[in-house]
Amino acid sequence: MLTEEEIKAIDHEASRVPHKKAALIDALKIVQQQRGWVSDESVSDLAEYLEISPAEVDSVATFYNLIFRRPVGSNVILLCDSISCYVMHYEEIYASLKDKLGVAFGQTTEDGLFTLLPNACLGCCDRAPAMMINHDLYTDLKPEQLDTILMKYK
Amino acid sequence: MERPLTKNIHPGRPPLNLKDYEMTGGYSALRKIMAGMSPKDVQQAVQDSNLKGRGGAGFNTGMKWSFVPMDEKGGPTKYLIANADEMEPGTFKDRLLLEGNPHQLIEGMIIAAYAIQANISYIFLRWAYKAAAKCLEESIHEAYHAGYLGENILGTGYRLEMYLHTGAGRYMCGEETALLNALEGKRAMPRAKPPFPQVSGLFGKPTIVNNVETLCCIPHIINNGAEWFKSLSYSEDGGTKLYGVSGKVNKPGAWELPMGVTMRELIEEYAGGMKNGYQLKGVLPGGASTDFLTVQHLDLKMDFKSVAAAGSRLGTGTMIVMDDATCPVGFVHNLQHFFAQESCGWCTPCREGLPWVEKLLLSLEKGTGTEEDIDLLQQHTQWLGPGNTFCALAPGAMEPLQSALKYFRDDFDRHVKEKKCPYHHNHH
Amino acid sequence: MPTIIIDNIPYQVKAGSNLLEACLGVGIDLPYFCWHPALGSVGACRQCAVKVFKDEQDNSGRLVMSCMEAIKDGIRISVQDKGAKAFREQVIEWLMTNHPHDCPVCDEGGSCHLQDMTVMTGHDYRRFKYKKRTYVNQYLGPLVHHEMNRCIQCYRCVRYYRDYAGGHDLNVFGAHNHVYFGREKDGILESPFSGNLAEVCPTGVFTDKTLKQHYTRKWDLTSAPSVCQQCSVGCNILAGERYGQLRNVLNRYHSEVNGYFICDRGRFGYEHVNNVNRIRQPIIRNLTVEAVDETTLLTHLQQVINNRNLIGIGSPRASVESNYSLMHLVGKENYYSGISEDATFIERKIVDILENGGIHTPSLKEIENADAVIVLGEDIWNTAPVMALSVRQSVMKTAAREAMTQISTPAWNDAAVRERVQEDRGYFANLAITESPVDEWSTHTYHSVPDNIARLAFAIASKLRPELPLPEGMPEADLQLAERVAGALENAKHVVVISGSGPGSETLVRAAYNIARAVQEKGKTAGLAFVLPESNSMGAAMMKAPSFDKALQRIRKENNTTVIILENDLYRYNSTTDVDQFLDTCKSIIAIDSLNTLTTGKAHVLVPAATFAESDGTSINYEGRAQHYYQVFMPANPCIKESWKWLWKMKSLMAGSANGQEHHPDEILKQIESSYPQFTGISASAAPADFRIYGQLLPREPHRYSGRTAMLANIGVSEPKPLDDGDSPFTFTMEGYQGLPPAPLIPFYWRPGWNSVQALNKYQQEIGGPLRGGDPGIRLFDRNDKVASWWFNDTPEAFAGRTGKWLLLPQYHVFGSAEMSRWSAALDFLTPQPCISISQQDAAQLGVSEGHMLTIETDKERFSLPVAVRSDLVQGVVLAPAGFQSIPSLAWGTWIKIMA
Ligand SMILES: Cc1cc2nc3c(=O)[nH]c(=O)nc-3n(C[C@H](O)[C@H](O)[C@H](O)COP(=O)(O)O)c2cc1C
Ligand code: SF4
Ligand code: FES
Repeated sequence: MLTEEEIKAIDHEASRVPHKKAALIDALKIVQQQRGWVSDESVSDLAEYLEISPAEVDSVATFYNLIFRRPVGSNVILLCDSISCYVMHYEEIYASLKDKLGVAFGQTTEDGLFTLLPNACLGCCDRAPAMMINHDLYTDLKPEQLDTILMKYK
Repeated sequence: MERPLTKNIHPGRPPLNLKDYEMTGGYSALRKIMAGMSPKDVQQAVQDSNLKGRGGAGFNTGMKWSFVPMDEKGGPTKYLIANADEMEPGTFKDRLLLEGNPHQLIEGMIIAAYAIQANISYIFLRWAYKAAAKCLEESIHEAYHAGYLGENILGTGYRLEMYLHTGAGRYMCGEETALLNALEGKRAMPRAKPPFPQVSGLFGKPTIVNNVETLCCIPHIINNGAEWFKSLSYSEDGGTKLYGVSGKVNKPGAWELPMGVTMRELIEEYAGGMKNGYQLKGVLPGGASTDFLTVQHLDLKMDFKSVAAAGSRLGTGTMIVMDDATCPVGFVHNLQHFFAQESCGWCTPCREGLPWVEKLLLSLEKGTGTEEDIDLLQQHTQWLGPGNTFCALAPGAMEPLQSALKYFRDDFDRHVKEKKCPYHHNHH
Repeated sequence: MPTIIIDNIPYQVKAGSNLLEACLGVGIDLPYFCWHPALGSVGACRQCAVKVFKDEQDNSGRLVMSCMEAIKDGIRISVQDKGAKAFREQVIEWLMTNHPHDCPVCDEGGSCHLQDMTVMTGHDYRRFKYKKRTYVNQYLGPLVHHEMNRCIQCYRCVRYYRDYAGGHDLNVFGAHNHVYFGREKDGILESPFSGNLAEVCPTGVFTDKTLKQHYTRKWDLTSAPSVCQQCSVGCNILAGERYGQLRNVLNRYHSEVNGYFICDRGRFGYEHVNNVNRIRQPIIRNLTVEAVDETTLLTHLQQVINNRNLIGIGSPRASVESNYSLMHLVGKENYYSGISEDATFIERKIVDILENGGIHTPSLKEIENADAVIVLGEDIWNTAPVMALSVRQSVMKTAAREAMTQISTPAWNDAAVRERVQEDRGYFANLAITESPVDEWSTHTYHSVPDNIARLAFAIASKLRPELPLPEGMPEADLQLAERVAGALENAKHVVVISGSGPGSETLVRAAYNIARAVQEKGKTAGLAFVLPESNSMGAAMMKAPSFDKALQRIRKENNTTVIILENDLYRYNSTTDVDQFLDTCKSIIAIDSLNTLTTGKAHVLVPAATFAESDGTSINYEGRAQHYYQVFMPANPCIKESWKWLWKMKSLMAGSANGQEHHPDEILKQIESSYPQFTGISASAAPADFRIYGQLLPREPHRYSGRTAMLANIGVSEPKPLDDGDSPFTFTMEGYQGLPPAPLIPFYWRPGWNSVQALNKYQQEIGGPLRGGDPGIRLFDRNDKVASWWFNDTPEAFAGRTGKWLLLPQYHVFGSAEMSRWSAALDFLTPQPCISISQQDAAQLGVSEGHMLTIETDKERFSLPVAVRSDLVQGVVLAPAGFQSIPSLAWGTWIKIMA
């Protein structure tokens, strides 16, 4: 079941496009924002609300990188693995994160606190390496800073 | 040296709000056109300024607008879209404009929309630009409030709605036709051209998609004229350009400079030269999908024509510097991994070819690659060339690869001969 | 016609098409995947690459996708260009990087477009040395098998299923080289057109699951051109047999009828042919040993049929030949239609209109090309599925036509057209009893009882032509709707009106005529189509025989009657009490049928009839198109014969000779023409039995047919003499004429280099156009250019509920209402549980909710079923399942009682 709040937010997005189903991507993001991920049940609920089929919702949902069709931890770490960060050794940050969290890309820590994901270019190549945790951007990263940063989310 | 786009942007300080923007002359261009320029006049002024699209392809903006049907054939609904997806690796210039002076973009959009008589506009913003999203929302709100947007702009009867749309993460969304599908709530697959979006675009209606930087130039062209805009440049392409440098340089960053500054000035002066202990080995001049240039090109003027003549593309104008401690094979592998991941899965060469290329490069890096693998890479740079694939993603992906094979062939061969990556020990 | 130069040779090609169609059209082999003649071009697979040259000086050229390039007069292209060939080979190599190479165990093997295209490009050596990606397959229900690893990502499946057929539960998931084609989760495919996936998919991802249960390679099938027997549309099919079993049904292209697609009832409904319930031996009841041989049967029949009181009852599912042969045997005055008086009355009216009404009956192609369609009462989704598919094409094409002119984009540029069209649709009004999936495409929908639909229809006709009567007391909302529908029809150029006998309302038929005629009087092209219940209902109705009720009345007066019942389960069309009375009164009952039914259960003599697959015969579809189907195989037991064969044997018995003259179908058809002028022309629909090409017969078995000398080795080592039916120009061997057969005689699609059904392009005059030599079939109503002088003027009263009574109306179901479909296990599985539907208000009043048992009582029947409560029904109406096994035949439109 979609919550009233979600429905309100979806309606708002739908009012900006000629037909309701064009708001699908926004609707997926709204649900994800509320629930952390998009479950099969959410797919059916969205399908019903937008008057399209679950297959159509899922087709779109599985296309985009940042729509999660599996549960994620309470904090999602997106580490940029694109070229400028590569040149600036993001791999060291990755190694350090792996070490500290005990998870590799695509995995969630046992305590459910963190999911670690690779991410294409975060658009701050002049301050590489970079990562984003939830809405917070961290740049010019050094492995030494990670402990302090991760503490904020524990 | 004039820096019209960024003179009021001070990184670290909050973005200009409506009042700040108006104090710096903001919305005077809009007032000017509303006071007596026809849509055709606006199109002409922009065409005369020789503004070329800053999204990468470098097409004359005024000309692009002129393909929008202005008679009843265009129908009552048209759209203007600002492409703020900026997902090209190594590119971070639009962010500066979005976070620093959102009203400049909004004003540019209103003028552009007026020029094609669009009544609805969207900003397609990439998901990761959270700060930009916030200030754009606020600024759009301010603009509505001030009567620059909405039912009856500045009392002229012209109507324009503006909405912010944030993506869900896909490089393809930046390609203008895939962007349209994403805005329609669909998978971001590219569309066949023709018909061009100017004729059949968003929701099947005539649509213009312009890059953020392109649109930010518009108010200045209207205010100061086409001749002034052209005079800003060191080359025949009009205006200034946001250039950027990333990699192992002393002061990575982005700067607005006359179109046509040299690569040397950019790297040595603005970016403060290479970091101690590193030599410049190669440069991708305009994002991940442009061909390498090397030391021999340092005095090249960074404008569309000169860079093309040197065998690359100006692209987004934000360059990635590859130093001598970075393995070119690993570098290109990183790029191909990105492109293979971001392929939408629609056409065969891109969907199947890029993962193959990625695997070939990985096996070279791991020391299991062969001579034939290098041949296969070479062949792929041809097979995935322009026209062979459905959109420009795969041809773009081949640009750094083909030029790496041209300039750094030794490095590839050493991987095969030594059966390992010769650079690997250089990583800290 | 523009001229294009392909590899330095000029060709004249069709204007408005693309280079790929042009190349295929002139016979050049050019590989492709994502393009499909019915789906258009999208340029995804990049397989169809050719070079285009600027002018004669240009020798490097530009690589283009031929499917995306419009024909331009004088354009120079090369298919043979080295670069283009190398690129096409490379595309196959890419596609094969992840393909499992499992052809030996793949159902598609030997009729696989991917195999053909691989060979065509010359790709043979694998250079990709990494792991393949693999997928998990899905359960998609009993019809379609899923094997995702074989996918080459051409996107045809989703484009067909969603864009063309309007399905919702199949899609593409994921991105980059991880795109998955299937459902969002395991489950039965919802679309009744899902089986076409097996033909649309160029490889073995989607295959026919029923074939899998008795799998046979294409090259081992004995096949013949046939006609679907599952509804009155009469789609053309190819049916294949091995070891005496029918193995599969494929679409047989007909540009005017089914085009490239058939429905699942047609594709998977063939298994009654193999069913254990078949009557395989003559039966004489009450003998010690009831199963007898032919001689015993004939001896017995000789006594029985010499009764002077011999009557015959025909059948809407038996061929024209069989019905006529029965009529010929018993005499016109003793021949009855076998369906109820009510149904006979409606069908007679329909035939009368089509013969004399001066209005054209449109083919499916014409329906597709209409720019406004209106359906009155008929539930086409369930009674004529492929017609519903055509209506969908009409609404899509109309919208596309408008878009195309605005942005000057050709129709074949499919994605561009759809992106432009978005949610726009052409005009379609569905005025029907209940909700239907077709409502989704309609501009206007209206759900009510047939009389109210007819009133609305009369009102529409009256808005178009004010002289016509406007029903009195129309509600304001209905008047406004009538106004809007009429307005839409006025704006159209090609209007099609569809109705039918399904709702059991004659007044609807008249109303439909008024609209079509009014439209026509306005100078527009008007088409009027009537759906009928069975495959040869039209042929039977055109014989204008009296109804079953008339036969019942007659034998009530006579005793001592012998009846021959031809392929007819009388209980399907008439009330139980009437049929019981009839059968009890007859002195002797001879039933000729292929399957045991309630009726054959009461017969004294049972004569085993051949099914369509074992027969030559002709059926006449809804548009009056006589279509001939050919015997696919000879039943192992020679006692199974075409009904008409038995009937001619009986004729000889009557004449006193045990072994009379044999008659071929074409001769029978000639006789029909001479006794019934309305059938003039029908004999041309069947090839004469002595038709030969260069003295040769046409083989039913392809050149690669295998095991002929060994397939019966467990029984005997000498190869049996090939069978010979003597009735058609076909042989039961692989020998014979190997060239292109005439269009009506195509037993399978197979040309050099083209082993899959995609070989069809070699058989067409132009892509998507008629078959070479013209499509088969003879339209019988076209001769009539008479303009009727009548309009229909009496309009029905508005529906008013009655206390304690309900109006009984039919609910059809695509997989339950057709008589034969239940004998296919897969379709039986998909048949919903029968139920009785009532409105929410009635449910409240009766105090019942979903699932409760309700009893229906008519003056003749009484039965109980669970109830379904629906929001699309008006109060005072009850829907009962139509045509379902074990539910008696009901008189639609009568008032009945309900008991909770
Ligand atoms: C794969 C791909 C990604 C692209 N991404 C972007 C992007 O992120 N931002 C952008 O402005 N243009 C991008 N482009 C270019 C756009 O397609 C389009 O040309 C541009 O937005 C037009 O704006 P302009 O005329 O102002 O340059 C991309 C093109 C391709 C092929
Ligand atoms: S399943 Fe078949 S039709 Fe669908 S994309 Fe794959 S190969 Fe094409
Ligand atoms: S058939 Fe032309 S690109 Fe697929």
